Amino acid sequence: MESKTTTDLSGLRVAVTGGTSGLGLALVRALTGRGARVAFVARTAAAVDRIARETGAAGIVGDVGVKDDIYPLALQITGRLGGLDVLINSASSLGPVPLAALGDTACEDLEQALAVNLVGPFRLTKALLGALAASAREGKGAVVLNVSSDAAVNAYANWGAYGASKAALRHLSAIWNEELVGEGVRFLSVDPGDMDTPLHALAVPDADPMTLKRPDASADELIAAIAGALPAMKAAKVVGAF
Amino acid sequence: MIAAARPQAGPTKLLFVDARGDMRHVKSSALANLMRAGDIVVANDAATLPASLHGTHAPSGAPIEIRLAARRSFDEALRFTAVLFGAGDHRTRTEDRPPPAPIAPGDRLLLGPLIATVEGTLGHRRLIALRFEGAPDAVWAGIAHHGKPVQYAHVPEPLALWDVWTKIAGPPVAFEPPSAGFVLDWSMLAALRSRGVAFATLTHAASLSSTGDLELDRRLPFDELYHIPRATAAAINRAKAEGGRVVAIGTTVVRALEAASAFGIVRAGSGIATGRICPSTRLATVDVILSGVHTPGESHYELLRAFTSDAILRRAADVLEAHDYRSHEFGDLVLIERAADHRSAHPSTTSIPAAQLSVCNPMPGQAPPGRMTEAISCAKPSVSSRVTRASARAAP
Repeated sequence: MESKTTTDLSGLRVAVTGGTSGLGLALVRALTGRGARVAFVARTAAAVDRIARETGAAGIVGDVGVKDDIYPLALQITGRLGGLDVLINSASSLGPVPLAALGDTACEDLEQALAVNLVGPFRLTKALLGALAASAREGKGAVVLNVSSDAAVNAYANWGAYGASKAALRHLSAIWNEELVGEGVRFLSVDPGDMDTPLHALAVPDADPMTLKRPDASADELIAAIAGALPAMKAAKVVGAF
Repeated sequence: MIAAARPQAGPTKLLFVDARGDMRHVKSSALANLMRAGDIVVANDAATLPASLHGTHAPSGAPIEIRLAARRSFDEALRFTAVLFGAGDHRTRTEDRPPPAPIAPGDRLLLGPLIATVEGTLGHRRLIALRFEGAPDAVWAGIAHHGKPVQYAHVPEPLALWDVWTKIAGPPVAFEPPSAGFVLDWSMLAALRSRGVAFATLTHAASLSSTGDLELDRRLPFDELYHIPRATAAAINRAKAEGGRVVAIGTTVVRALEAASAFGIVRAGSGIATGRICPSTRLATVDVILSGVHTPGESHYELLRAFTSDAILRRAADVLEAHDYRSHEFGDLVLIERAADHRSAHPSTTSIPAAQLSVCNPMPGQAPPGRMTEAISCAKPSVSSRVTRASARAAP
């Protein structure tokens, strides 16, 4: 069914990577629309500026796949928001474009997929863990949502770099969730489904958009999953039906 | 004392000085073993800004370095108090750096991608109020990419942000790292939890530890903003009521908690820590302090004198020296329990706001030069020292 939520996110401090395209952009729009204070990250300054103006969110230019960008990103996120309750790692790399069988995948393309989809979220989460744990100690809860894929679970030919990196991210999320349960920081790994996004168009150029999910529908589902994992939201504020 | 010249230079040592003055050496990773069920460990979760910005003083064209040192409120992102330096960088000792070009209100400072306007000087030609031009997003980006962590000549290699952020670092409001917090990691927090020891954080905007200028150094520590979350205040008050000890990870935690203590209770909320903690301070809240290794004369050492006697501290200093403990922010640690007979448990302590008790001011003319040898004397505030403190706070 068409999801319609009235989740009030006033005061919630959320960071979104990959915030100028596809699911990340839909998340920035949906989150700001519900009153959350949002900082988003993307690589292209012009796009960051455009989306920051459109949504009122704090726009930050950087590449989660680049080690030296991570601490400056964390600094700007917590600096602009004053802390952090939710981190959404949405930025993703397909690896080789067009998609390729593993035997035809350049090592550098696999490394790039791992850098953006696995190591980047790991580094950024680590740099922001202090802020997230502080939010949990204050009773607001803390959530890291890592955007996954059915390619993390199923073996699809030609999706090797992407699938392997997303599988690793999914397992990383599960282990992190075990380790930090005592701190009150929850990790979610969510498959948003096959969406009509620029990334999907790169992967499957001839897909019929009509058969694909709208990214804003997926964004609503992710926000509901986050709200369900936050103690303050779970109790009262989620009114939407899914 | 050996100065620790590199971050994470091997395992750190910890000297535990108990309430009777007995001492023993432990590995700092075993800190949790020194805590008891019911205790609460409180740390400063401030992340450290890259507060050193190099550039040019526009009117003169002369090179300049500014070190951000204070903010008026946590919400004020564009205006700072800053200390100025002339040519050179951290590899020259601060006291040997040439002075900056003369500064006047309205002067512009070109700092990489950032432009700052001098709003005024604050009672000293090297201490200014400034305002960054531009939108908050651009100013934060400029600081993130152009700023470097403040560092001193004893650590020659350039520090990165990951060197100066503790594992628990959250809001980027400190100007130098709250370095006792380097000992904490996630497995230690789990160990504390499993022992029934509570853990809480506050945010304290630790300022600069040295300016290299005799007169300015006498005004250290600058007034520092702090914020104590409701959950933290409640957890501390609960632990104290049930007989647990409050263990401060670092001197900044002591400053914040003692500034926020009144009538035996820690109040939640934001404030400014203005006073010094020194031998005459009657501690209202903190029972145990974890600190770096400091030598007599430093303001941090003076703070330790509020916890235990000079005789015990002298013996501890001998032990630290004999066992090659390393000083400075990446060095070793001491854990000091408040001595049972040391200005504690005074009947009036819990009924008088701490701020009225801990009035300690530097005495003009007594501070020898240098970061390591700053001499501080605790005294009743004179009118002139009150004026000095007030002007340090003043911002246009």
